[in-house]
Amino acid sequence: MDAANFVFPNDLHVHWSMMIALYPYITGIVAGAFIVSSLYHVFKVEALKPISRFSLLFALAFLAFATLPLLMHLGRPERNFNIMLTPNPSSAMAGFGYIYTLYGIVLLLEILFIYRPTLVRLKEQTKGLMKLLYTVLTFGSDNLSPKSRELDHKIIKFLAAIGIPMACVLHGYVGFIFGGVKANPIWATPLMPVIFLLSACVSGIAGIIFVYSFIKKVSKQPVDMACLRTCTNYLAGFFIIDFSFEMLEVFSHSYLRTWYHHSVEGLLWGPLFNSFWVWQVGMLSVIPVFLFGWLCLTKVKDSIYRIIAPLVGLLLLIQVMFMRWNVVIGGQLMSKSHRGFTEFHPEWFDREGIIAVLVLISLPLILLFILSKIFPFWLEDEKESTG
Amino acid sequence: MDSIKSELDRDRRQFIKKVLKGTISGSLLLVIPAGAGVLKIPEQIDGIRGKDWAISEQNFAFIVDITLCIGCGACCVADKREFNVPDGYYRTWVERYLKDVDDEVYVDSPNGGLDGYQTPRKDLDKPIRDTFFVPKLCNMCEDPSCVQVCPVGATFRSPDGFVLIDQKRCIGCAYCIQGCPYSVRFLNPVTHMADKCTWCYHRVRKGLLPACVNVCPTGARKFGDLNDKESEVSKILRGHGVLTVLKKDMGNYPALYYKGLRREVV
Repeated sequence: MDAANFVFPNDLHVHWSMMIALYPYITGIVAGAFIVSSLYHVFKVEALKPISRFSLLFALAFLAFATLPLLMHLGRPERNFNIMLTPNPSSAMAGFGYIYTLYGIVLLLEILFIYRPTLVRLKEQTKGLMKLLYTVLTFGSDNLSPKSRELDHKIIKFLAAIGIPMACVLHGYVGFIFGGVKANPIWATPLMPVIFLLSACVSGIAGIIFVYSFIKKVSKQPVDMACLRTCTNYLAGFFIIDFSFEMLEVFSHSYLRTWYHHSVEGLLWGPLFNSFWVWQVGMLSVIPVFLFGWLCLTKVKDSIYRIIAPLVGLLLLIQVMFMRWNVVIGGQLMSKSHRGFTEFHPEWFDREGIIAVLVLISLPLILLFILSKIFPFWLEDEKESTG
Repeated sequence: MDSIKSELDRDRRQFIKKVLKGTISGSLLLVIPAGAGVLKIPEQIDGIRGKDWAISEQNFAFIVDITLCIGCGACCVADKREFNVPDGYYRTWVERYLKDVDDEVYVDSPNGGLDGYQTPRKDLDKPIRDTFFVPKLCNMCEDPSCVQVCPVGATFRSPDGFVLIDQKRCIGCAYCIQGCPYSVRFLNPVTHMADKCTWCYHRVRKGLLPACVNVCPTGARKFGDLNDKESEVSKILRGHGVLTVLKKDMGNYPALYYKGLRREVV
């Protein structure tokens, strides 16, 4: 170790480890997936209709587990409800419980209203336990008259409309939890909520493209190319703005050359060199930008598009994961002594270890599979089932 | 004969009774004595004893005189014993600053200075031209980041200027640890809650100096009430010496002042 390296004795520990990197990753996917659905329901992007329902369920599957990493991380998880029972209004963290709960209610209601006609039909077709489940999910109402459908549409539009600012608040707010820490120069920037929000949109849309392509491949169903191409175009747009902001943050500070820059440059060019410059910026941002140029600006054959688009989606899912790592873990590697860096070595079997992270990231996908048994994802399935 | 025997029996009974009484009162003395003893120690801070509910009358400040610290580590030992601080975590620590002939600065704090600085650093090849020690502890800010960010209000500022943690409320989220610009907080691995220096609030409220101040052999650590114009800290703060606080630009307004602090210190 360099003789000039000095870390405050309490800064040797990285107190926010992988679970806290995972938490904004999962909430980001939720917010991003919701945006895809809103593009159809609010902004009338018709091409996205085939995945508009799926993206809501995708968001719900991840939302259900968004607080689990926090519980895994808390020193006294049994006191977690204190955050909603005795909130401290001056804390950036205290509002999360409320925002999360409200957003969850809006998302769940929107899904139930959008699926209502389907659920009513399924209720008539099924027996036993499933029939009971569908009765509960439709609140016992099977009124499908044009008048009631019209009311449904009004409610759906209202929920989707208030859902957009809520999704933005949910994730912009998560960014502010970091952006509001003045003691940490790599976090304390007003751009942090913006970068978090944009990267949330990127991870959500990328996740939808990847999982949509994957499910269609496995179930040997045709991919809706217009939908895939539109979705990829949106992903490209969001990603370019996201990446620009990420680079703007680094560039403007390195140009201003203030105290901030001198603190952060040692981190980015030192302990974070590989995970930031090589992976987040190089492999996982520059390469996707070129792939987007190819996919969006030239005429790529459907068969190739179907392979490259989910691949870019996967690359960007990993890019956002690296971004979360570099912000959350990377930010803590720099000691507040501004004279040195600590190290972080993830454990395998810890409560916040690698195994726990892998289990946690697979839980939403398992829930998504269970949801697919209750809510048919695709409109085509329904046509078959209704004959 | 009978009378002698009964007398002996009585004696034996008396003996057993006395032994029993002795044992019980002896063990009781072992268990109970603590509280009473404290007040026998002469009052070290004036105007505290006997005024239990007048806590907003004082405004405490802590002054560290860099020019007096010899890096013995006695304060760190006293602190660790006072609070049973787990190994590897520090409520207070002492940093050693070295400047070589080219004005290159080297800082270290092995084991938080707990063992004292008994030998010079051996990993530097250039001649050292200057060296000094800097004790660190909670800054008890007037506008504390930790209180601002605590989501459940477990960290709070008392009317007499102490930033404390309510161990019945803390959820162990570690946001305060991230928020503290001075890195004085840590997540206690035993309680799984945030922990930090309290300026020995439990001692101060009984009229005693903080443990580290009490043991400092050179008087580098000073503590007292600013509202008491006769206290040492009052005189220093109103005196002509150079006083400064750490990381002034953070805007936290610490109540921990440093006398003779050098520009190299962060």
